[in-house]
Amino acid sequence: MATSKLIDMAYFPGCSLATTAKESNASLIAYCRRIGVNLIELPDWNCCGSSSAHSLSRQLALDLASRNLAQIPEGLPLLVACPSCTLRLDEARHHLQTHATARTRFEANWNRPFDSGLKIVHFLELLENKTASNNSNGHCQSLNGLKFVPYYGCMLNRPPSIRSEKNLFGLMEKILAQLGAEPMRWSYHSKCCGTFLSVARPDAVVPLVNRIFENAVDTRAKCIVTACAMCHMNLEIRCTRKEKLPVLHFSELLSLAMGAGDHPDWFARHLIDPRPVLTTYGLLG
Amino acid sequence: MTDQTPPGGNGRPVNLTACDQSFAATVRKHAGTNFSACLHCKSCSGGCPFSEAMQHKPNGVIRLVQLGLRREALENDTMWICVGCHTCSVQCPMNIDIAAVMDALRHMALATNAELPQPDILTFHQAVLASIQTYGRTHKLDIMMRYKLKARDFFSDMNVGLRMLAKRKLDLTPSRVRQVEEVRALFDATVED
Repeated sequence: MATSKLIDMAYFPGCSLATTAKESNASLIAYCRRIGVNLIELPDWNCCGSSSAHSLSRQLALDLASRNLAQIPEGLPLLVACPSCTLRLDEARHHLQTHATARTRFEANWNRPFDSGLKIVHFLELLENKTASNNSNGHCQSLNGLKFVPYYGCMLNRPPSIRSEKNLFGLMEKILAQLGAEPMRWSYHSKCCGTFLSVARPDAVVPLVNRIFENAVDTRAKCIVTACAMCHMNLEIRCTRKEKLPVLHFSELLSLAMGAGDHPDWFARHLIDPRPVLTTYGLLG
Repeated sequence: MTDQTPPGGNGRPVNLTACDQSFAATVRKHAGTNFSACLHCKSCSGGCPFSEAMQHKPNGVIRLVQLGLRREALENDTMWICVGCHTCSVQCPMNIDIAAVMDALRHMALATNAELPQPDILTFHQAVLASIQTYGRTHKLDIMMRYKLKARDFFSDMNVGLRMLAKRKLDLTPSRVRQVEEVRALFDATVED
């Protein structure tokens, strides 16, 4: 375990991690603690606005995100767990940095100036910034050759405006391989999970999710690892194939390798039970 | 992949004299991306995970806009099916942000009260916003109830809901913002704008 002093970061869990994906939240906080990062949750955060505010009103999307940005303790970077929340909050940050009228509205609404140096960091970026030794330093348990496919969904898709920013592709494979798991190659790592269409158009999402599982099974992987709680839920609820694979949150495997003891609570919450596979690999108990 | 649908849709001839000459420029201004550079190579349509569920493929919509077929562009379902995953924008060899065009068309369709071919998707977005307005955060059970009542879809996904409840993945009580009146004020301010 890292012995250096803890580094403070502001933290935005988002609605999914606060509710349906509590296991992702708990394992992420546990993992951060072990790599020396202390997360300070925004005191009264609200929904980032999600796809729905973005789809219907630009102003509302910006205002909802701004209320969260106004709660960040001065000078601290903000860590966000969910790729979709990261996108919405970072879009708002970018808009505020480039539009004086938006900054005026921000100050009038929240009684504080917008911090133009604000940094918003997704969980994967945090891991990228740690060196390999930091990430695996002190891990207690090898992942024993667990065969997995990494599933990024749409999170690595960068529209033209941010195309020159860094590409985090391959990070889950790299870090989990350092911890003893075995990544399998496949072509569905960046296929969209269907997000909100899962509710109104399950007929369009089910075949897509089934194709993702089919491809994963073909690689002989024993599980799918996701970095997004929305992807996790859609994969779990929309797979109608008989032969399924458990879907694990990236943070769950990280924390498991670091010897976190409270994992029974996490794995019991999965709709596709990951415990048989993890037991086969000697990773539980 | 075949795309047999001509710009007029459903095999109808296109009357180019009825085209709105200023439409493309308006969409371009809203979207902030130059889609007149589109080669119609169909990389976007080939890569889109939901092409098959759309009335027009993504490049077909770009063509409608280029031709100034305002009504056809605003009243087809493509931009409502689009989830904004950006697969199209990543694959476009001409650097066109196609997802931004879809965003612009959605906003313009709402602003002009265009007829909606996929009302259930809008109903879902409205249910999400109603939940945020009530609690400050999304409450999935509340969203599903609101959606099902309005879409009059009572029985689908009962088994999924029950499985999630059994695993305690669907909370009965919402996670709430304490100063929720601050969030509600943002909704009121948006209506005024």
